[in-house]
Amino acid sequence: MRESVMVELKNITKTFGTVLANEDVDLIVQKGEIHALLGENGAGKSTLVNMLSGIYSPDSGSIFIRGKQMNFDSPKESIACGIGMVHQHFKLVDRLTAKENIIAGNKGSFFTSGKEIEKKIISLCEKYDLTVDLSKRVQDMSVGEKQMLEIIKVLYRGADILILDEPTAVLIPQEVERLFNIIRRMKKEGCAVIIITHKLGEVMELCDKVTVLRRGKNVESVDIAQTSPKHLTELMVGGAVDLEIQRVKTENKEPVYEIKNISVMNSDGLKALQDVSFTMHTSEILGVAAVAGSGQKELCEALFGLVKLSQGELVFKGENITGKTPREIYKKGISMSSVPEDRLGMGLVGSMDIVDNLLLKEYYTQKGLFINRKPLKEKAKELVNRLQVSTPGIHHPVKQLSGGNIQKVLLGREIYLEPDVLITSYPVRGLDIGATYQIYDLLNEQKKKGVSVLFVGEDLDVLLNLSDRILVLCDGKVTGLVDAKNTTKEEIGMMMAGHTQETIQNKGGA
Amino acid sequence: MEISLFLSAAVIAGTPLLFATLGGILNEKVGNLNLGVEGMMLMGAVAGFIVGFKTNNALLAMLAAGAIGALGALIYAVLTVSLHANQVVTGLSLTIFGTGFSGFLGQKMVGQVISDQVKLSLAPIRIPLLSKIPVIGEPLFNQSSFVYLGYISAILLFVYFLYTNWGLNARMVGENPAAADAAGIHVNLYKYIHILIGGAFCGLGGAFLSLVYVPAWQEGITAGRGWIAVALVIFAGWNPLKAILGGFLFGGLDILGFRLQGAGLSVNQYFLDMVPYAVTIVVLVIAGIKKNSLNAPPKSLGNAYFREER
Repeated sequence: MRESVMVELKNITKTFGTVLANEDVDLIVQKGEIHALLGENGAGKSTLVNMLSGIYSPDSGSIFIRGKQMNFDSPKESIACGIGMVHQHFKLVDRLTAKENIIAGNKGSFFTSGKEIEKKIISLCEKYDLTVDLSKRVQDMSVGEKQMLEIIKVLYRGADILILDEPTAVLIPQEVERLFNIIRRMKKEGCAVIIITHKLGEVMELCDKVTVLRRGKNVESVDIAQTSPKHLTELMVGGAVDLEIQRVKTENKEPVYEIKNISVMNSDGLKALQDVSFTMHTSEILGVAAVAGSGQKELCEALFGLVKLSQGELVFKGENITGKTPREIYKKGISMSSVPEDRLGMGLVGSMDIVDNLLLKEYYTQKGLFINRKPLKEKAKELVNRLQVSTPGIHHPVKQLSGGNIQKVLLGREIYLEPDVLITSYPVRGLDIGATYQIYDLLNEQKKKGVSVLFVGEDLDVLLNLSDRILVLCDGKVTGLVDAKNTTKEEIGMMMAGHTQETIQNKGGA
Repeated sequence: MEISLFLSAAVIAGTPLLFATLGGILNEKVGNLNLGVEGMMLMGAVAGFIVGFKTNNALLAMLAAGAIGALGALIYAVLTVSLHANQVVTGLSLTIFGTGFSGFLGQKMVGQVISDQVKLSLAPIRIPLLSKIPVIGEPLFNQSSFVYLGYISAILLFVYFLYTNWGLNARMVGENPAAADAAGIHVNLYKYIHILIGGAFCGLGGAFLSLVYVPAWQEGITAGRGWIAVALVIFAGWNPLKAILGGFLFGGLDILGFRLQGAGLSVNQYFLDMVPYAVTIVVLVIAGIKKNSLNAPPKSLGNAYFREER
C-alpha cells in the first residue's frame, strides 16, 4: 500500500503577504488514481498544486514524492521528479510552433531538428490517442488544441504525476469527453492524476477520490463511491446549498431593443456576424448558445456600440442608435451595461481598487475639475456588503481578488447603474458553485426589476433552465431562436452545429 | 572603382553599428530592452583604446572592450533581472554612466593615436576568391579581421536562435517567461547570460571605433551610434542576419555627406549629418505600421518576471 503512494503532502502552509492561502493541508495520491481537488474559488487549490510543480515554495510542511522528501526550488526540479502540470492559463508561447513548445527546456541534442523527437511525439500521441500538428503555431490553435499540446508537452517529459488545473473550463462538451478518455488512459498506464475542478458532475464521472479544500484548509478526503454531489457541495461551501436554478416568472414583456439585420466584420475582414436580427424584451433573460468563436463576442460588442456595423440597424426604444459610441448612447439617457467576457481586460482595471473601478463609469457625470470619491466609497461599501465580495477592503486592487469576487465587482457596478439592458458574456466562467449561483440570482433579480438581460453562456443545462428564450448562433448566423421551455439540449446542439430550426422541425415531422 | 571605395567605407562605418545591433538583439531576445547600448559602447571604446595604447596588443584590447561592455551589462542585469527595476530607466542610467566613465578614463588620452603595431594587426586581409566577386567582393572581403568577426558573429547568432535548443529556450524566455519557467528553463540565468554577452558585443562595437575606424581617442566617440543601433534592432526585425544589412545601410548613410562633398556636390553639411537619424525615425514609423507577427518584438519585452506574482 505504501509503495503505491506517489504524492504525499503533509501540513503544507503558504501565505502571500497577509493572505493565508494554505494552512496545514494534507494530500495523498496513489498510483493509478484520478484524484480531484475540489473547492470554492480562493480555497487554495491552485496554490497547493503550484507548490507541487515548483512554482511556489511552501512556508512550512513537507512534500514526499514516491516516499522521498523533496524540496522544490524551481519547476525544473519538479519536472525531473516526473511531475507535469497543465496550467489553467496555458504556458505556451504563441509565436512558436507546437514542436518548439514541446521541446523547449528539454535536455537534448544541441540542434532543434531531429527525427527522433518527432518519432517520440508521434508514438506518445498514439499511446494516449492525442493529435497535434507539430508545425502549427500556437497562435493559430483553438483552445482545445492548445490543451492537447500542453498534455503532450507534459507527457513528452515522461511525467507520471499529472496535475490538471481546471482543464475543462474552456472546452466544449465533445472536447471534455475526449479529455476524460485521455485521462483514463493515463490512469491505465499507471499515472497518478490530480485534477482541479469545481464541476461536481466531472468529479463524479471521472475521479476515484476527492479531497475537498475550504478557505485554505483540508475539509475531507473521500472515495467517490462513498459520496454524492450534494454531500460534496456541502463540504465545499460549508453548509447546505440549493442547487436549483429557477426561471422566475415575469409579466410585461415589451420589446425594448431591436436588432435589425446587423453584420459585423472581424479584424481579418471576414464576416463575424451575418444578417443577425432579433428583439430583446423587458423582464426577460435571452440566452445565447454557440460554440466558442461563433460571433457571440462580436454580438455583445455590437449591441454595446463597441464595433462598427457593416450593415443593419440598432433601435433602442424606437430610437435609432446605429453608429453611436457607448458614451453617446449613455448620454442619450439610454442605459445599457455590458459584462464582457474578459473581466480584467475589458471590464475592470486590475490595478485599481473597487472605488476607482466604480468611478470609471461615473466620473464624467461629476461636475468640476476634481473627482469626488465620497459617494462612490459608500457605494463600494454597499456593493461589498450586498454581494458578499470577499476583499481585504474597498481600496484593495481588484486583480488580487479571486475570479468570483472580480466578477461580483464587475456585475455589481453595472447593476448599480440601473440599466434597461444588461449584456453579460460568460458571467460565471471559472467561478465556483457558491459564486455561480449568486450570479444567477443576481440576473434573475434584474429580470424581475424589468431589465432585459442578454446571457451568453456555455453550459446548456443552465441556459435551458435560466433563460426565457435562447438564441443560437453558428458561424455568425442565427440558426434558431427558441422558447427555452419547449426545446431540448439536443435540439440546441443541432442548431449550434449549423442546422436551422426549420430543418430540425422538418426532420422531426418526417 | 569609386562605388567600391564608397561601399568599403560604408562597411567600415557600419561595423560598430552591426556589433551594437547584435548586442541589442541578444538583450531583447530574452525580453530585456536595454537602452544602455550607447553607454556600453563608450565603455568598450575607452577600455579598448587604453589597453591597445598601453599594450600594443589588438587582441588584448578587444578582450578588454568585450569584458568592460559585459561589466556594464552586469550592472543592468542585476538591477533589472534580479531586482526587477524598470528596464527603460536602468538602460538610460547605464548610458549616462557609460558616458561619464569613458570621459573620465579617457581624459588624458584625448588626441592620442593608436600605435602602428595595433593598426597593423587589424589591417585589412584580402580573402581569396570571395574578394573577386564584382562590386561587393572588394568592400566585403578585403577588410580588417575585426569586420569579419562581425559577419561570423551575426551568422552564428542567427543559427543559434533559430536552430539550437538553447536558442529556442532563450526565445521562450523573451516571449513568455512564465511558460519558460514552467518548462523548467532557468529564466534568470538565460537573461543574465544573454544580457552579458550582448554587453560584450556593444563593447566591441565601441572598440572598433577607437581602434579601427578613427583610430584615436576623442570624447563621445560613439556620437549617438548606440541609439541608431537600438532602432536597428527593430529595423532588423530581431534577426541577426538582417542586422548586417541594416548596419551597413546606416554605415553608408553615415559617410554619405563626407563622400558627396568629396565628389564636389554641395549639399548642406548639417542636413547630411541629420540623414541617418532622420532615416532612423522613418524606420521606426514604418516598423510601427508593419504588423507582421514573425518580425514582432519578443512578447514580454520590457517586462520584469516574478515567479510568485499572482
